[in-house]
Amino acid sequence: MTAGQRRVVVTGIGVLAPGSIGREGFWDMITAGRTATRRISFFDPSRFRSQVAAEVHFDPRALGLTANEVFRNDRFVQMAMIAADEAVADSGLTFGAGGALDAPDPDRVGVTLGTAVGATMRLENEYVQVSDSGTHWLVDPRYATGFLHQALVPSCGATELAVRFAAHGPASVVSTGCTSGIDAVGYGSQLIEDGDADVVIAGASDAPISPISMACFDTIRATTANNADPEHASKPFDARRDGFVMGEGAAVLVLEELEHARRRDADIYCEVSGYANRCNAFHMTGLRPDGIEMAEAIRLALEQSRVDPDEVGYVNAHGSGTKQNDRHETAAVKRSLGDTARRVTMSSIKSMIGHSLGAIGSIEIAATALAVQRGLVPPTANYEVPDPECDLDYVPNVAREQKVDVAISVGSGFGGFQSAIVLAHPERRMP
Amino acid sequence: MSGLLVTGLGVVAPTGVGAEAHWAALLAEQPAIGPIEGFDTSPYGVSLAGQIPGFDPAEHVAPQLMVQTDRWTWTSLAAATLAAQDAAYEPPEDAYATSVFLASGSGGNEFSQHEIQGLWAKGPKSVGAYQSIAWFYAASTGQISIRDGYKGPSGVVVTEGAGGLDSIGWARRVTRRGTPAVLVGGTEAGICPYALLCQATSGRLSTATRPEDAYKPFDRRANGHVIGEGGAILLVEEPSAARARGASKVWGEVAGYGATHDAHHHEDPAPDATQYARAIRLSLADAGVAPEDVDLVVADAAGTPELDALELQALAAVFGGRATPVPVTAPSSWTGRLMAGGSALNVATALLAMRDGIVPGIAHLDDPVDAPGVDLVRHPRVQDLSTVVVVARGFGGFNSSIVLRRHTGEM
Repeated sequence: MTAGQRRVVVTGIGVLAPGSIGREGFWDMITAGRTATRRISFFDPSRFRSQVAAEVHFDPRALGLTANEVFRNDRFVQMAMIAADEAVADSGLTFGAGGALDAPDPDRVGVTLGTAVGATMRLENEYVQVSDSGTHWLVDPRYATGFLHQALVPSCGATELAVRFAAHGPASVVSTGCTSGIDAVGYGSQLIEDGDADVVIAGASDAPISPISMACFDTIRATTANNADPEHASKPFDARRDGFVMGEGAAVLVLEELEHARRRDADIYCEVSGYANRCNAFHMTGLRPDGIEMAEAIRLALEQSRVDPDEVGYVNAHGSGTKQNDRHETAAVKRSLGDTARRVTMSSIKSMIGHSLGAIGSIEIAATALAVQRGLVPPTANYEVPDPECDLDYVPNVAREQKVDVAISVGSGFGGFQSAIVLAHPERRMP
Repeated sequence: MSGLLVTGLGVVAPTGVGAEAHWAALLAEQPAIGPIEGFDTSPYGVSLAGQIPGFDPAEHVAPQLMVQTDRWTWTSLAAATLAAQDAAYEPPEDAYATSVFLASGSGGNEFSQHEIQGLWAKGPKSVGAYQSIAWFYAASTGQISIRDGYKGPSGVVVTEGAGGLDSIGWARRVTRRGTPAVLVGGTEAGICPYALLCQATSGRLSTATRPEDAYKPFDRRANGHVIGEGGAILLVEEPSAARARGASKVWGEVAGYGATHDAHHHEDPAPDATQYARAIRLSLADAGVAPEDVDLVVADAAGTPELDALELQALAAVFGGRATPVPVTAPSSWTGRLMAGGSALNVATALLAMRDGIVPGIAHLDDPVDAPGVDLVRHPRVQDLSTVVVVARGFGGFNSSIVLRRHTGEM
């Protein structure tokens, strides 16, 4: 980062996460340590190895979508639209008009939406129809509904948000697997830093609780087999952890150039002060225990923020609850923060809302921004049995009051992607 | 300030494997669109596609990697190798110095169709261990990074047909932040029953059965497009880094980029092409190039009357004030539209055209529409090219534009 660079702040947050509706419901839930992991209700999971997931139970019509919007869009787009509506309302900005302090020029508004698996649910449901439940390889178009091109190519999600908020600036879907939600916010910030937009609607959404997604993680035993006790199935950093719990959901942030936000006297949650991504170039699903590349991403994101490692107060962990991830990530935090790793709090909200693939990165950024704003750190639920390889302060089971000046949220995903984003309290950074 | 340099081209396209094979086919006006092989297309009302002739994945991809990946990723792995070879790029000691930032459109289609088919016909245990890594949109990027040991900040952008250009736009953000070399572009492989059906629901595919009747951009008989597979991956480098490693070949310079969104409707384009024109103007301003200085435009060429008219409207808005009409070509008319791979391939084609001073023509342009201010190139033409603009659109309203300039500096 060079001096005089444009800076990026968060001025709106919207969340649609398992077990709650809306940002405040989400915050209440995760700070109470409540879990939303249950036996799957969307389909009969009895033939699956992992039968647990964290579902979002929502009525898209009641939350403001039209019948047409629901009909034409996959669940991942519907959730993104609902989260975006909340974020935009929260920001106090008016979109589409331009010409006022709180009405940005539509040409200067961008969209970056992350998703790992896009419209996989709709693609599968439609496939069942056109193939007669897998009977015909030559699928029958007479049973297809429209909008399958949109389902095939997930950029439809960015289009829906651009149309919704008359955003004529650069728009894209970011699809880097399970780091999509961090990368989408990181890229959105870069659009503002580089002067290509003043406001970016940035977030992520995924709806992977469908048979094909559950089956593909079953076969590699990445998901939990703890079907007897769904409410306590996600156990990040605990020695008993046995895989992640599938989740779904969306979070959207309104990112705004600092001076743009200041001119309209906007309420600022935090600054997005650094973002970096690295690849491990090792294995599509495997992680080396040393965490070198994630540590490098953290180091670079802090360097961009001009923050020393000892200023970090909170790490929002990837904490998926797989054996290898939690060990890898603990090593990465120790490697990048040094002695400070012993002092920081580090928690995984996946213990409560599961792992919603690409969406979770943005949901976790939302949680981190709220933690910075409110001086309260969400816990890691279901934490009981320490693992000698995971020996940091994971905020077991109970939220903790803590003034956080600088927080990091990290993610790790299939393909070897490792991402880190740094959020800073506005008062620390903006005297 | 000098822009990023393109130092390597990797083409895997219906016109051929390798940049030179592709280029020779274009100049020879060899049609690469033909009847879809491999399955009976009669239920879909679509019978033609641009398929890659003689693409033997075993020549490009190791056997253990082939079983883990979709045809889409095979073409990406092959194109990435070709680009690195073309650039004589040896991975530097610093593994973080190289990034992979590709566009993706529809993921690993055929692989996924097989797995979903098995799941519903036989049950969850029939789903293989590689579905979770073969289908998702980041699969090709991840596999290239792993195979070639590139640890830089990698990414995947999805903007349908505009993706190839947008990956280059994002690569500029990557290099600005300190990573000197990025593999960009992308490929696509959507010629299997389910992916074809999905694409056909867009209503934009031609149902003609003879190639000469099917994909006819800017012709009065335009009636939709033909899909194709493959694309291009390019190596772009920050100039001082390219110089430092002794890069001997420079295809051209990425001088400017701009992107906008129509934000008009979830599938219909905006009726006025204002945002399309603005994307082009943004890229020209970014490059410091006036409309008069542009020697050629490589068009998106959607191939429906409405979308073609909007593109000509955007070009007229930007270039209409010139003393001479701006030459416009559409090499996708020879290959079909390759979604995310298509705009990347157009960048490769533009650089080949610049090298040889030859503009390829537009296929099957028998009866051109009225195109004021635009010179539609019907057959290969000798013309000196210093500045070429490549434009692209993605379904739903994505508009992107790139300015390529001949590299004149010393290496």
